[in-house]
Amino acid sequence: MVAKTEKSAVDLLKSPGMTSLFKSLKLKTKQQELLIRVTILFLVYVLAFITRLFSVLRYESMIHEFDPYFNYRVTQFLTQKGFYEFWNWFDSESWYPLGRIVGGTLFPGLMVTAYLIYRTLQFLRFAIHIREVCVLTAPFFASNTTLVAYFFGKELWDSGAGLVAAVLIAICPGYISRSVAGSYDNEGVAIFALLLTFYLFVKAVNTGSLAFALASAFGYFYMVSAWGGYVFIINLIPLYVMVLLITGRYSMRLYVAYNCTYILGMLLAMQIRFVGFQHVQSGEHMAAMGVFFLMQVFYFLDWVKHLLNDPKLFHTFLRITVTCAVGLGAIALGVGTASGYISPWTGRFYSLLDPTYAKDHIPIIASVSEHQPTAWSSFMFDFHILLFLFPAGLYFCFKRLSDATIFIVMYGLTSMYFAGVMVRLILVATPAVCLISAIAVSATIKNLTQLVRAKSKASHSASGKGTISSKASSKGSLDQSLPFQRNGAIALLLGAFFLLSRYAIHCTWVTSEAYSSPSIVLAARGAHGNRVIFDDYREAYFWLRQNTPPDAKVMSWWDYGYQITAMGNRTVIVDNNTWNNTHIATVGRAMSSYEDEAYDIMRSLDVDYVLVVFGGVTGYSSDDINKFLWMVRIGGGVFPVIKEPDYLVNGEYRVDKGAAPKMLNCLMYKLSYYRFGEVTTEYGKPPGYDRARGVEIGNKDIKLEYLEEAFTTSNWIVRIYKVKPPNNRW
Amino acid sequence: MGAMANFRKSIIFSVLFFYSMLLVKTLSSSPPSSNLQILTAERRIDLTSHIVRVYLTLKVENTGEAPAAEVLLAFSPAQFDHLALVKAAAAVGKKKKKTYLPLEVNPSDHPDAPNGTKYYSISLLKPLGKAESITLEILYMLTHSLEPFPAEISQSESQLVYYHDSAVILSPYHIKQQASMVKTPTSKVESFTRVEPTDRSGTELRYGPYEDRHPYSYSPVIIHLENNNAFAVVEELEREIEISHWGSIQVTEHYKLAHAGARHRGIFSRVEYQSRPSISGVSSFKHLLAELPPRVHSVYYRDDIGNISSSRLRTNSKKSELLIEPRYPLFGGWKATFIIGYGVPLQDFLFESDGGSRYLNYTFGCPLSETVVDKLTIKVVLPEGSKNPSAKAPFTVEQSMETKYSYLDVIGRTVVVLEKKNVVPEHNVPFQVYYNFNPMFMLAEPLMLVSAFFLFFIACIAYLHMDLSIRK
Repeated sequence: MVAKTEKSAVDLLKSPGMTSLFKSLKLKTKQQELLIRVTILFLVYVLAFITRLFSVLRYESMIHEFDPYFNYRVTQFLTQKGFYEFWNWFDSESWYPLGRIVGGTLFPGLMVTAYLIYRTLQFLRFAIHIREVCVLTAPFFASNTTLVAYFFGKELWDSGAGLVAAVLIAICPGYISRSVAGSYDNEGVAIFALLLTFYLFVKAVNTGSLAFALASAFGYFYMVSAWGGYVFIINLIPLYVMVLLITGRYSMRLYVAYNCTYILGMLLAMQIRFVGFQHVQSGEHMAAMGVFFLMQVFYFLDWVKHLLNDPKLFHTFLRITVTCAVGLGAIALGVGTASGYISPWTGRFYSLLDPTYAKDHIPIIASVSEHQPTAWSSFMFDFHILLFLFPAGLYFCFKRLSDATIFIVMYGLTSMYFAGVMVRLILVATPAVCLISAIAVSATIKNLTQLVRAKSKASHSASGKGTISSKASSKGSLDQSLPFQRNGAIALLLGAFFLLSRYAIHCTWVTSEAYSSPSIVLAARGAHGNRVIFDDYREAYFWLRQNTPPDAKVMSWWDYGYQITAMGNRTVIVDNNTWNNTHIATVGRAMSSYEDEAYDIMRSLDVDYVLVVFGGVTGYSSDDINKFLWMVRIGGGVFPVIKEPDYLVNGEYRVDKGAAPKMLNCLMYKLSYYRFGEVTTEYGKPPGYDRARGVEIGNKDIKLEYLEEAFTTSNWIVRIYKVKPPNNRW
Repeated sequence: MGAMANFRKSIIFSVLFFYSMLLVKTLSSSPPSSNLQILTAERRIDLTSHIVRVYLTLKVENTGEAPAAEVLLAFSPAQFDHLALVKAAAAVGKKKKKTYLPLEVNPSDHPDAPNGTKYYSISLLKPLGKAESITLEILYMLTHSLEPFPAEISQSESQLVYYHDSAVILSPYHIKQQASMVKTPTSKVESFTRVEPTDRSGTELRYGPYEDRHPYSYSPVIIHLENNNAFAVVEELEREIEISHWGSIQVTEHYKLAHAGARHRGIFSRVEYQSRPSISGVSSFKHLLAELPPRVHSVYYRDDIGNISSSRLRTNSKKSELLIEPRYPLFGGWKATFIIGYGVPLQDFLFESDGGSRYLNYTFGCPLSETVVDKLTIKVVLPEGSKNPSAKAPFTVEQSMETKYSYLDVIGRTVVVLEKKNVVPEHNVPFQVYYNFNPMFMLAEPLMLVSAFFLFFIACIAYLHMDLSIRK
């Protein structure tokens, strides 16, 4: 990109047929550069936005996946009822009969952002629906992220690297996966806030400016308000400061930047109710506080050193002070933890540090697919050539080590580790990978173009002289460096452009094929190559919304909780905010019990309808039968009555004739396969052939005693059953 | 004390009320004249859909001295509440050269009518002189008049309904000879009241002929018949017609659809519904046909949670047909809400009248075929800056005004709101909204945008050329 701009600038200067009028209009080189830079940035800004619109074009302007539906519902509430109502909202439609205090248990940043955008547009008389705002929030913030990436790259290396970083991040699949139109989730704005905080902090460290440190604190505040991933910032920045202190890079600039950011950021973050006093009470935030005190000790030592002017005496003093400080800190931490004032690390935090922790201790975290360790293929899928450029960029960073490059190296390495632990954290690593790769690309191309241009200049100036002398001179210059250097440089340049264009093609392909599906609407290819749409989820949710009593309670596995409340507008027992493991385990237990036992549990939970997702007719594989073992595990984790081996045959999970008897008669099996034995799903297969698992089911004669079928969608993907009232006793 | 005072007050009030009632009674118009008599009356009741259509042919003769200018139609109070439409025409000419002249029909009030009978009066073109006779063709439509019985049915049952009426025609006049024919959708009739002579063959049920019935004769009959037609009722329909002088009219219709037949009871089995469509869920309906104007564009069909992908649009030069399928089949008592939106070219519907004002000529009523709309609201959003709006409809509608803010509006757009209850497909006739509009207003919004961008660029230029730093 940089090379291109320079080339075009050169062309512009050299073009022979310039008229006098054009001459008078001719811009200075600096202005030209500015114009080109602004144009490129603007184009990148637009590109980042439109590349995320595939889902809108393919499907429609709709909210995707699961969590975004909750965010959307909350945003709707916010726009209808106003901020104070929202802040005090007790949601009785979820976690029945417990309810949920929404205002105090969410990160409001995303909703408030969308709300403000909506209000602004309304004020300017753009009569658009709040849904459109929510759908387009993530792409809009992705565009803003490209701007921040440009400035960050400029701060780290030069403006060329900034431009490359902006382009790379604009289309990087790792980021697009979470920010396509309709993906109205916290991450959409959080990555922007994260990068902004880091940029402003690095800027503050580089300049020692209080203003940037203050801005960084506000960036941090926004991040805290938007996403739980802020914990990464509050641990990475102290770690970075620590590294600077150890490597002897302590300076007044660092002191100002860190203290201001930390103190103000902490105070601001306390204003978010969900975070509260965690900054002074939780183990995850203690590192930042420790580093803060360490900074003061450093400052004090500096001052004493200045006063004493005696190295020997100072060393003794240093030893005593450092020992005391560390000892005091350790004692304070120990006392705090022991007295319960400082809470220990949470399970999620542990599972980040130790990838095997969740599997053994918290099945509910391990059951989510996006919490699985990352496969190599998904790194390749999400980063493509950046994966190879990343080490090269690290090399360049180490070659020109500064406060800023140390930061990006640390950010890159730590986030790469986390990306390896959990699939979804690839997102956090993406900006760092893009920035470091941008440094590699920019530095390489700059070196290469310099080589090419230097040669061409030399030959150009030589051409004025006689042919023989020019030959001689060119020979002479060639002798000074490696042979075929220029050709080699050109070849390398072409190779780089080839790679970058492959990257662009790959990104577009991934975006359009993999990341633009809303997962609510399923699309498949029909027999004649036409597109078939399975809109069963919305069919079922809308049926619930229209044809059940307004106070009906729906039991389903927690995955569908947010969607049922948002689209079906009905009360659910559990939802995707998995805050109460026991409640989820109760539902898991009901699903894995026999019908009569399950009936008692459902009566005690006041359940009116049960909703299951079933893919046997369409071959949709992420249905409840395939998730069933997790229900058993989570249920069994709390209620030892449920034992996983009861549902397995020789450690194998089956639904056909050879399945375990408990499996064939548990509620989930019955509800999924009720009357399925009468249906022929595929030509040439016996009736009751389950297409998702490719077997004929084992129990075709299912009778329901306590439930009755209330609704089944046209492709059988969602089945809803009504819980019958108890029989009259006389 | 308070209770006593209240009691006294209520007594005084009731006495006053009694007197005032007396006063009204004496002041009200004279009882229906009995100078008219009906020579022959023929009634055909069409029960094939859920909208009851009654065709009445009356031959009226004036036996009195004074000329009669109006003919009264009588309805029982129950029927009157369900009346959606009454139309009358006078037959002129003999046999082959017969033409029909539409007559004006208005509800008329006669408080002293027996048993609370309600009336519509047909104004004749010229008063009927002594011993003259005239033939009237009358059509009236009743909605919500088929009462499902049993009120709840399961998926495998078919829907049976009651129809209540009288075997003889209710009339304030003496009827010399009359007969009634009832057409049922299928030949399956569970039971019907016999008022001899009564005759049934196939899908037709015949009451009469009856001779010389006195005014206000009434002999109630109940017909219990099978009717599996789609009982599609739009409980509320809001149509918003937004006029843009840039060349398009945007129509947005919000539907609250319900199946008003026998309520669905018990389970809904998809297996049964898919494998035995002929006997399972026969009274339910899956799709509806909407007839849209020709040359529609950008048609959409969605609801609160997104687009509904099951719809088909067929267009030709005469009309466009949109086949919509709600997300799920509608069984008795089930509801569905959805939105249909489309654009139509401006020149098809907006015209300039002689006085220089413009008028919109658009179809009233609901585009869905064979549906009843309980409450219809039409909102005509006029362009910003239009003046003197007035609406004209061929029947009585409630009118009011609103203001709406849309894209880039400063003063807001005037909205003419028309409301009508109990609308049937026969109400799909054009209505007009007149208003004055200065075309200069069309330029307001583009100019605003242009100036906003202009100011933005000026600001950019100014920022780049100014040095705001304090240090020199």
